[in-house]
Amino acid sequence: MSALLETLLETKGLKRHFGGLWAANGVDLKVKEFEVHALIGPNGAGKTTLIHLISGGLLPNEGGITFSGIDITRQSMHGRVALGITRSYQITQIFPHLSLLENVRLAVQARHRDWGSSFRFWRPASADFPMLEEAEDWLGRVGLAEKAGALACDVSHGEQRALELAMALATRPRLLLLDEPMAGMGPEESAHMANLIASLKGTQTVLLVEHDMDIVFRLADRVSVLVAGRIIASGAPDVVREYPEVRRAYLGDELQ
Amino acid sequence: MKAHHRHGIQLEIGLLIFAAALPLVLQALGEDYYISFTTRLLIFALAATSLNFVVGYGGMIAFGHAAFFGIGAYVVALLMAADVTSAWIAWPLALCGAALAALFIGAISLRTRGVYFIMITLAFAQMIFYTIISLKSAGGDDGLPLEQRSSLTPFNLANDATLYWVTLAVLAACLIALKRLAASRYGRALAGLRQNEARMEALGYPVHRLKLVCFVIGAAVAGLAGALLANQNGLASPSQLYWTQSGMLLVMVILGGVGQRYGGIVGAIALLGLEEALSQVTEHGHLYVGIALLLVVLYAPRGLAGLRVHQR
Amino acid sequence: MTQLVLEQILNGLQFGLMLFLLAAGLTLVFGIMDMINLSHGSLYMGGAYLGAAAAQASGSFLVGVVAAMLGMAAVGFILEILLLRRLYARDHLAQVLATFALILIANEIVHMIWGPQPLMLNPPELLAGPVDIFGFSYPAYRLFIITVGLGIAALLYLLVSHTRVGMWVRAGASNCEMAQALGVDVRRLFTGIFMLGAALCAVAGVLLGPLLAVQVGMGESILILAFVVIVIGGIGSIRGALVGSLLVGMVDTLGRALLPTLLRAVASPEVAAHLGPALASIMIYLLMAGILFWLPQGLFPSRA
Repeated sequence: MSALLETLLETKGLKRHFGGLWAANGVDLKVKEFEVHALIGPNGAGKTTLIHLISGGLLPNEGGITFSGIDITRQSMHGRVALGITRSYQITQIFPHLSLLENVRLAVQARHRDWGSSFRFWRPASADFPMLEEAEDWLGRVGLAEKAGALACDVSHGEQRALELAMALATRPRLLLLDEPMAGMGPEESAHMANLIASLKGTQTVLLVEHDMDIVFRLADRVSVLVAGRIIASGAPDVVREYPEVRRAYLGDELQ
Repeated sequence: MKAHHRHGIQLEIGLLIFAAALPLVLQALGEDYYISFTTRLLIFALAATSLNFVVGYGGMIAFGHAAFFGIGAYVVALLMAADVTSAWIAWPLALCGAALAALFIGAISLRTRGVYFIMITLAFAQMIFYTIISLKSAGGDDGLPLEQRSSLTPFNLANDATLYWVTLAVLAACLIALKRLAASRYGRALAGLRQNEARMEALGYPVHRLKLVCFVIGAAVAGLAGALLANQNGLASPSQLYWTQSGMLLVMVILGGVGQRYGGIVGAIALLGLEEALSQVTEHGHLYVGIALLLVVLYAPRGLAGLRVHQR
Repeated sequence: MTQLVLEQILNGLQFGLMLFLLAAGLTLVFGIMDMINLSHGSLYMGGAYLGAAAAQASGSFLVGVVAAMLGMAAVGFILEILLLRRLYARDHLAQVLATFALILIANEIVHMIWGPQPLMLNPPELLAGPVDIFGFSYPAYRLFIITVGLGIAALLYLLVSHTRVGMWVRAGASNCEMAQALGVDVRRLFTGIFMLGAALCAVAGVLLGPLLAVQVGMGESILILAFVVIVIGGIGSIRGALVGSLLVGMVDTLGRALLPTLLRAVASPEVAAHLGPALASIMIYLLMAGILFWLPQGLFPSRA
């Protein structure tokens, strides 16, 4: 069980500025393997920038990132995907005119790029039973098994987000970055998504950016608070909740 | 669904039998000229289908496809001039020549996107056009005549009907391959690429390589079609490489239906058939062809093959 | 040798300026309406035929030029209102199909009216002979074309950079929604731009008439050159079109005139005789591929 305590991702003194604005101003963050780690903070605190820095969409001006002991500070987005860092998007990014099953199957297929699976020209993909079964499994896990044959553009927004989660999971990431997975959802859909994320606890490392405090404190194993480009507190939800500067800087606004 | 599928295959087999029997019917009717004409139709159908693979399946608007079509023809003609008459040697080389050119052109062109991709493929095709017409050994402006048709032992291509059947066999084989390809892992990856390239990249797909392979496959088949056309015409002609030919092939694809498996065939038959029919009654056939194309653009935005498909 | 080079530079300038007349309209239509117009070369051909016919009938070259301009502007107006306006929102493939159809139709109509033989168009008598400049004699007519070309380029520059209409055009080229927000009647602006482009094509057609043959198919080869020009210059940029035109005009003309000679200096005559013309005719395409390779948006990118 010691693996549970291993640090998977660590950032040290991460800095990134846009013009004169320091969106990241020395971020020190540790994410341990198999935990759901929530990142909270007021608007403009630099949460999305941090996600970009970790996924490789942006490069830092200063500081370093290690993933599973490897320095990935200058690694390309492509390279990070190969190492096992997958992100979901705030805006839904799916294949609208393919079936849900096919969307997930493409994600499964992507994982096998090392042995060139996308350069097989003759055998029908629909005869790849293990691959299809795996895709069906992932759809089942997010509660979409019933709709496997529907086109992605025909299902509801909440279902599209769940599909997106299934695709992200199907790449079997070691670290899953979820940037506001409940954005634009109704209460019912939000609750469903929260249950999905809760079901990942203990088996999947997740770094979650979320606004809704109730959900964060229910889901997260640990919480980090980002204010003005710095982590001001980090720890178990109950502990972080009691930090005076956290109450002042962030929760205070929420509680009013 | 299953019944519908079986019905589709029955229709395909029926059409193939009809197409295979056509030369016998034409011979019986004494209309031997139309055997040559329908062979031409099939060759252009093949070339248009190869372009449809690049445009409709790969999502790349390539405006230089005639270059690969022409390279195939010139490879056969140049080999013939060097006394290599065997089709078993010349045709594979025509295919490889076109593929090789596409590998080079595609690797560079795929760095650009959108209209710039359209224009850079056009520029490369023009380079090949001007290079070939300035080569005296390739016959310059007049093109390079073939002394005889390639010898495809045991078949005798000198017989028009045999050339027709060989062309039909090649076209049918390519269509079967296209069907398999579209359903394969590679084909599904292309489908994903067409709908959301950024997402495919984020999933870790080698996007550039996937597209390049598509571009090269399309060019190789066009090269083979070019080899067939050189045999049919008895000439490798520079006009086959000119940009208007690329435009014509693209028109066939759009007319037939972009990304529809039979789009290239429907487009080639509709366009060349209309031209041929009009040539019987008027000197100014192109006027009416142009008007017909305009009507298709305005009233059948998904092409002729798209008319059949209602909601899917 | 110097004299040959000077003469070729003037020829290159003359060719480049005529290309600019074609490219100016093409780049605006392409840049602002995001429309691939393959039939632009047909407007050039139509202008040449109209001009040649009017000049023959009236005996005056000037009447030919004016008739071609007015006639093609009218054709442009009708085309834009009836057809092209319905294509702006469509994808590039639909535009290619429709404007390719227009080429077929235009060629056939010209064929029906004027027959398969090329038309003859003579330069005005006043300009028929040579003049002495820089100590050598140069055809007066070519010098006249250069002057007219420079004059039109200057007028276009003033129009685009110093008038309200020009501001709308520039706004439209970089951001169509912004132009609409500025209260520009975009539909009428587009019609106007298209008519202007057609009239410029007509001028180029008539002016080049005495130098090149006025015949069916003349638009197809020059159309591609015009596309090369605007891609090099950056789609939507008038300044890019001017720089690109001069570059293409010079490289093409000088390449054809000098490359065979230069090659003979470094390679065997046989190789030079073979390679020279081939290399000369693909120079501009190499130039374009090279520029796109390093600057994928051309020399003067107008859209962000």
